[in-house]
Amino acid sequence: MNAQAPPSALVGTVLAFADDELVLGWRDSEWTGVAPFLEEDVAFSSIAQGEIGHARALYELVAGVLGGDADALAFDRAPEEYRCAPLVELPLVGDWAATIARHGLYETADAIRVAALKESDWPELAGLAAKMDREEAYHRMHARMWLEKLKGNERFEAAFTELWPYALGVLEPAQRGALAEVVGRDEVDAVERGAHADGFAALHEEMTMVRRSVPGATW
Amino acid sequence: MIWEVFRQEREGQPFQHGGSLEAPNREFAEAYAVEFYGRRAESVALWVVPREEILEIEDPYVADVFDRDYRRVDGYSLKIKLREARERAGTA
Amino acid sequence: MLERMGDDEFRAYLQEGGQVEVGDPMPEDYRKALIKFIEMHGNSELMGVLPEREWILRAPTLQRKLALTAKVQDEVGHGQLIYRVVEDLGKPRDACFDDLIAGKTKFHNVFHYPTKTWGDVGVIAWLVDAAAIISQKALLKCSYAPYARIMKKICWEESFHILHGRDVVLAMMTGTDEQRELVQEALDRWWGPLMQFHGNRIPAEDDPMYQWRIKSQANEEARQQFLDGYVDQIWELGLTVPDPELRKDEDGVWHYTEPDWDELKWVVTGHGPATERRLGLRRASREETAWVRRAVLADAA
Repeated sequence: MNAQAPPSALVGTVLAFADDELVLGWRDSEWTGVAPFLEEDVAFSSIAQGEIGHARALYELVAGVLGGDADALAFDRAPEEYRCAPLVELPLVGDWAATIARHGLYETADAIRVAALKESDWPELAGLAAKMDREEAYHRMHARMWLEKLKGNERFEAAFTELWPYALGVLEPAQRGALAEVVGRDEVDAVERGAHADGFAALHEEMTMVRRSVPGATW
Repeated sequence: MIWEVFRQEREGQPFQHGGSLEAPNREFAEAYAVEFYGRRAESVALWVVPREEILEIEDPYVADVFDRDYRRVDGYSLKIKLREARERAGTA
Repeated sequence: MLERMGDDEFRAYLQEGGQVEVGDPMPEDYRKALIKFIEMHGNSELMGVLPEREWILRAPTLQRKLALTAKVQDEVGHGQLIYRVVEDLGKPRDACFDDLIAGKTKFHNVFHYPTKTWGDVGVIAWLVDAAAIISQKALLKCSYAPYARIMKKICWEESFHILHGRDVVLAMMTGTDEQRELVQEALDRWWGPLMQFHGNRIPAEDDPMYQWRIKSQANEEARQQFLDGYVDQIWELGLTVPDPELRKDEDGVWHYTEPDWDELKWVVTGHGPATERRLGLRRASREETAWVRRAVLADAA
């Protein structure tokens, strides 16, 4: 596949993945400075940074095919052009139970997604997926550690149940069975990509306000 | 629970106390220690210990009541004997 | 382990360079002064997070977003290190937070002011952090050894922050007219608080913090060091400092318009433009997450 551009459907998948990481990283970084306790604040901030870092690498990969650069893809598109899963868009800051539920569900879904991408015919994507997988090991450990602690907690269990249809929407339909098996829940109707969750418009507005204030500037 | 973190800056160097943190169990302590003392790759290894496991000894040795200079380098004075031995051997 | 000694003997011991460790016997006044000083530092790290974290969400490039998140993360980490020292001196972290939120303890003036633009992000990371680092370097010689030790890590991490701040400012100063205007406007607003930051002139003999070698640098000395280090850097970018009196004399001493010490006092006693809102945010986030601490930290005790 070296001389040809990757198929546009695959590029679309990668762009959606980048959008997931960007928006989840954005949401997770809302906890910086206000996490439940100081040690966790530092740890969770690293996870947010990891996500933004992955988004950057994924956008760079897409920019290599579509042109432009990572920042342009991340910030200069109109809200309707973003393809993130509604799961990552939900505004959960303030609710640690829901945040951890999302964190756990996303990491589990993402593990399945990344495993598939490691087998991709697009060599740069396969390589990047392998690198991301190594870093994700820390994210998964962190999620597991919290899931253990909050297991049985009422708030957490309620949030987990509520977010389950959203988690399924992170993956392609063919992969959802695997997620259901790992999580130990029945597959239900997923909240699909397409329509943005409430709060996305406000997120996009805030995320791009400085950049839009002087269009084309270098920051 | 308070955990003390000891860090090794480079391979082969002694572990030095870096600081302490609060964590409910070993898993959390590991995650946090790595964050605090490793996220800038400033340590090659860490030892993380619950504070209550550390045996603190404040005055490691009672002051010499009896002369124990055989344990110290300055308890040996070779100059005089060495001079005598050299004179004997004619190598002085 | 230190022997117990009288107050005068203790002061002499400190002035000769004597160090105090965790658990050493110490005069109650010294212990209380340490707690107050170090707690204020911890409070400042925690409150300093709030003006900056909003801009993480608005960062105009991925690199800036990452750098700013990392900077704020460092500050939270510093808060953690500092409050651990306070806890080992006898005041638990929760008690520190209670007092901070109730307005009973202080934090640095600069964190009582709002931020308005991305220009603030650059100016804060560059100049406010620079002012803070000068004080922090002086604390490396603090007589209380556990505090001096964490200052090493803190100073090392702060060096990244100033670089980041300067980079943000330089990007704007080499950018468009609007961007340059953002920086100048931010500097105009932050100059007053910056000049007040190191506090008013107290002679060393009258300052118990100095007597006990908790502080080893007089306030005015710190301010002069700040001006020495940064005014030229500001001027060389074509920025103006909003003080017509600012100049260096032939003896190398900086002259400036007397800072508004009344404003400083008013602000640090809880009347800054952003004080209430920020303390309110701390209070709210603490309440929202209390159940997490009960579930996670309490049962491990």
